[in-house]
Amino acid sequence: MKCRVCRGPAVIDIRRHNANFCADHFLRLCRDQVTKAIEEFSMFEPGDRILVAVSGGKDSLALWDLLRELGYEADGLYVGLGIGAYSDRSGEAVRAFAHQRGWPLRTVDLREDHGYDIPTAAHVTRRAPCSACGLSKRHLFDQAAIDGGYDALATGHNVDDEAAVLFGNTLRWETEYLARQLPVLPARHGFPRKVKPLVRLGEREMAAYCVLRGIDYIVEECPMAAGNKHLGYKEALNEIEERSPGSKHAFYFGFLARAADRFRDAAPDAPEESGLGLCVRCGSPSTNEICAFCHLVERTAGAEHAEHAEHAEPVQLTVKAARS
Amino acid sequence: MEAVKVHLRNPSRTVEHPGPVSIVALLQRLDLNRESVLVIRGGTLVPGDALLDDEDEVEIRPVISGGAT
Repeated sequence: MKCRVCRGPAVIDIRRHNANFCADHFLRLCRDQVTKAIEEFSMFEPGDRILVAVSGGKDSLALWDLLRELGYEADGLYVGLGIGAYSDRSGEAVRAFAHQRGWPLRTVDLREDHGYDIPTAAHVTRRAPCSACGLSKRHLFDQAAIDGGYDALATGHNVDDEAAVLFGNTLRWETEYLARQLPVLPARHGFPRKVKPLVRLGEREMAAYCVLRGIDYIVEECPMAAGNKHLGYKEALNEIEERSPGSKHAFYFGFLARAADRFRDAAPDAPEESGLGLCVRCGSPSTNEICAFCHLVERTAGAEHAEHAEHAEPVQLTVKAARS
Repeated sequence: MEAVKVHLRNPSRTVEHPGPVSIVALLQRLDLNRESVLVIRGGTLVPGDALLDDEDEVEIRPVISGGAT
């Protein structure tokens, strides 16, 4: 295998580009794809202050590294979810990453700052842990970006994430979600501007980026994500991708180019149309008197701490090769 | 008997496979999707057409992560 650019020995093949790359040119490709996404979707401008939500996983740490490499003023935000040893290791990885580079890191701890953790929230609400986790992170990310005066909140969603979410939303024709599944959501009604600079890169590429850049990320999957729908959608799409490279990219970018506009009316933008007001507890935008986050804090107050199943068999993330 | 040592995750385990074997063939025999993993040797990536010999030791690292937020 030879690098498409310099004809030197390649270290990675990217089948959807029908190309191989050496380490240097692969890293350049990643930077170029992020630059292209930022410009194509007008995500932010040089000089803007960006808050990057970091989990300790490959995507968010790679994103932080890439934005800094490209010269952006990007700070990190880590939310401690209280998922046993997994969260301990994730927090350590993020803190070490930030400390080694001298980059500013903001932290929020669900248990210390809000009196609950994800296993307890899942137990009290009797819903999938990913539900309480997503709700908590969205609220705390938004709040930190607004309170910190950042111009944009950046998350590490890559094309695999977006294609999998799109697949799930399309299966159920969730038109309101489809209307909002965009690489940029402008700031509105108390929500910060939200951007996804990795949408032109896949998760295999993000893992490769971390290996080649020496980024020590948490490889293990969240023990509470085992068997969730999102992973199932990714497995299904990777079966298709194996047979037809480029399918995930075509699915998501085809949606953006030719379908997303058709759902615009499904998501009301004006506060009076969406029934959006302000939470009486925290002042965040909410369609109810008390927002979902404050409601969760209230429900979990005084609840007995629930342990997650640390001893459980970790989720098997690799999938069977497509039959030829 | 000498063999390629292959470290897998989720769950963590080591399997042995007779060399020489290409990465693509190894993944096929382990029933793994190339989109879902990276192969790493000595801290760097191993390309798909590389041949592994009996003294080689590689990690096959899953790359799929699952938060649906």
